Amino acid sequence: MTARPVLSAPPAIERHTISILVDNEPGVLARVIGLFSGRGYNIESLTVAEVDRDATLSRITIVTTGTPMIIEQIKAQLGRLVPVHRVHDLTMEGPFVERETALVKVAGTGEKRVEALRLADVFKARVVDATITSFVFEITGQGEELDRFIGLMAELGLVGVSRTGVVAMSRGPGGI
Amino acid sequence: MSAATSETSLTGADIVLKALRDQGVEVIFGYPGGAVLPIYDALFQQNDIRHILVRHEQAALHAAEGYARSTGKVGVVLVTSGPGATNAVTGLADALMDSIPIVCLSGQVATHLIGNDAFQECDTTGITRPCTKHNYLVKDVNNLARTLHEAFYVAKNGRPGPVVIDIPKDVQFAEGTYRSPADSMPKSYRPQVKPDLNRVEEAIDLLAKAKRPIFYVGGGVINAGPVASQLLTQFVRMTGYPCTTTLMGLGAFPASDRQWLGMLGMHGTYEANLAMHGCDVMVCIGARFDDRVTGKVSEFSPNSVKIHVDIDPSSINKNVRVDVPIVGDAAHVLEDMIRIWKARGKQPDKAALAQWWEQIEFWRARDCLRYEKTSKVIKPQFALERLRAAISGRDDVFITTEVGQHQMWAAQFLPFDRPNHWMTSGGLGTMGYGLPAAIGAQVAHPDALCIDVAGEASILMNIQEMATALQYRLPVKVFILNNQYMGMVRQWQELLHGGRYSESYSEALPDFVKLADAFGGVGLRATEVGQVDDVINEMISIRRPVIVDMCVDPKENCFPMIPGGRAHNEMLLGPDEKVENATPEDGMVLV
Repeated sequence: MTARPVLSAPPAIERHTISILVDNEPGVLARVIGLFSGRGYNIESLTVAEVDRDATLSRITIVTTGTPMIIEQIKAQLGRLVPVHRVHDLTMEGPFVERETALVKVAGTGEKRVEALRLADVFKARVVDATITSFVFEITGQGEELDRFIGLMAELGLVGVSRTGVVAMSRGPGGI
Repeated sequence: MSAATSETSLTGADIVLKALRDQGVEVIFGYPGGAVLPIYDALFQQNDIRHILVRHEQAALHAAEGYARSTGKVGVVLVTSGPGATNAVTGLADALMDSIPIVCLSGQVATHLIGNDAFQECDTTGITRPCTKHNYLVKDVNNLARTLHEAFYVAKNGRPGPVVIDIPKDVQFAEGTYRSPADSMPKSYRPQVKPDLNRVEEAIDLLAKAKRPIFYVGGGVINAGPVASQLLTQFVRMTGYPCTTTLMGLGAFPASDRQWLGMLGMHGTYEANLAMHGCDVMVCIGARFDDRVTGKVSEFSPNSVKIHVDIDPSSINKNVRVDVPIVGDAAHVLEDMIRIWKARGKQPDKAALAQWWEQIEFWRARDCLRYEKTSKVIKPQFALERLRAAISGRDDVFITTEVGQHQMWAAQFLPFDRPNHWMTSGGLGTMGYGLPAAIGAQVAHPDALCIDVAGEASILMNIQEMATALQYRLPVKVFILNNQYMGMVRQWQELLHGGRYSESYSEALPDFVKLADAFGGVGLRATEVGQVDDVINEMISIRRPVIVDMCVDPKENCFPMIPGGRAHNEMLLGPDEKVENATPEDGMVLV
């Protein structure tokens, strides 16, 4: 067999947070998700909710990964969907804040229960439900912060996690 | 329309008909069924819009495509729910890939039954979402008119494409208010048609400095209207640069012009592909660097600066990274290019251009479309050359094709001097496209000569449309290059799979002459070289649907060819070239 040609290093994979303003109409989320699955793009996180009831607009925040060429394609493909008003690549457009909320259920008694509560305090997680043998914590922050907290809880009787996915917004006075 | 009428309450079915009239629709292609009966009833009670009854919903889409592509108008389709909609899917996907403006209305079960697995129910919007430009399910009759008008806007503006409107039967019966087109603009969809002039200036600078320039032109120029083709021709002639077109772009630049190098790509000409490979400035207008065109992407035109004009920003930098992206409508951009070229007093580099043309003429002298002349057995290329001779000088000839070898030969051998006269399934490669597309073109141009260049395998995929042609007295001609094989499949099996012709031989073919007769048309056959001209002349002279069974050499292959995974400068020019290792290992997976 002949030797294969030497390939140059593949372009770096980047993580981008994209904000999309869409008409809140039936099927719009299916359209966006179908675009990603149909063209083989990654979705790390996706959140959506109506943000302007009068104008029936929803805001979708997608965290995705890909080469710069793929990221550019993703934005162009999103931009040509008919119900899409605006596509903003927050990662490209300057500083922005990203937040995520998780509900974390921990069950246990004795020292582990006390330790879970102590760590929750360190992470500024709120107790939103409590029984004699369990807590539900609410924690809001950056994704890695949530990962760390959940990782610690794994050793203290973690029962389950529910995460919202990332919401994001540019810093400063500018709007979408 | 007066304000008073716009307040009148109409049934959903009447709103559909009124909206179609207001959109200037004259013809729709369709097939009735339970879920669209109210619309068919409304259709029955009016005379403005003509309905062409096809024999299969897929054919309704292709006929509408043929109509749209030969007129520049939006093609309109009406199908029922469930199987009507699913049969339409292939045609929708075809129109999406080739950017053809289509509005397809589908019936749906009553609103309260949606999701109940009702009779002839399917999730039409769900199924068609990835194969349409946009789609709608209208649940409120008061949104129906606005949705219909918006659908036409979306179908024809920006990069054109198919739009589906799914209308439940209760909405067709319900009464609601009508809205005019002007009142129904989409909220968010505003494609950019005017280019960024700085980019155009940049492109003109590069073009004027080019030593080895080339225009690479696609179907986008045809979609931008006849004026875009005129402007392109003007600009290409003004510069004196060579021009090649894609399969979809045939006719955008006159084939009879010396500056035209022929089609490029997998079965393109030697001179077009080598000029693409060797150019230093490439201007791509309304094409999308499709894999049939580029061959091996990493070796595609390695030393050129690339300018890409496209109305769809997602086409830019999708397959090939370009240096100057220009988003805009081809006609607008070409107008700006010509204006700026003139205003800046640009002149081509005459010495370099002469040298470039000398090189191109050297390539052209290879005569890459040459084939072996025979005295008895009919070569498919010969049959098409004779067809070309028979139609030359006529400007009322519309050619459609099915998909396969015959399609590539038709693209290579038939002359297209004007846009909108060539219709083929380029992107999706849909066998069965040609006959219904020819019917659509013939409906739009009743006195024209509409010829479907077909293969004996493809034609059987929508042969039932002969009945449509007969019903509406549409004198379409089906010109079958019958080689008894799925020729392109056989060619690839020969090149890549050791000549093991798995399932590519057509056993038990019908007698096409008798078949034409059975449908009420005329069947003609040629088996020898000496009969070809007579059969072609007879076909053209008969004002009825004709099937020609042109029995051609079953072993002929289509050349030139760039095997999968190869670059433009690695073409096979004929059957004598070595076919072993025609495709590198990593090219085997390519289609």
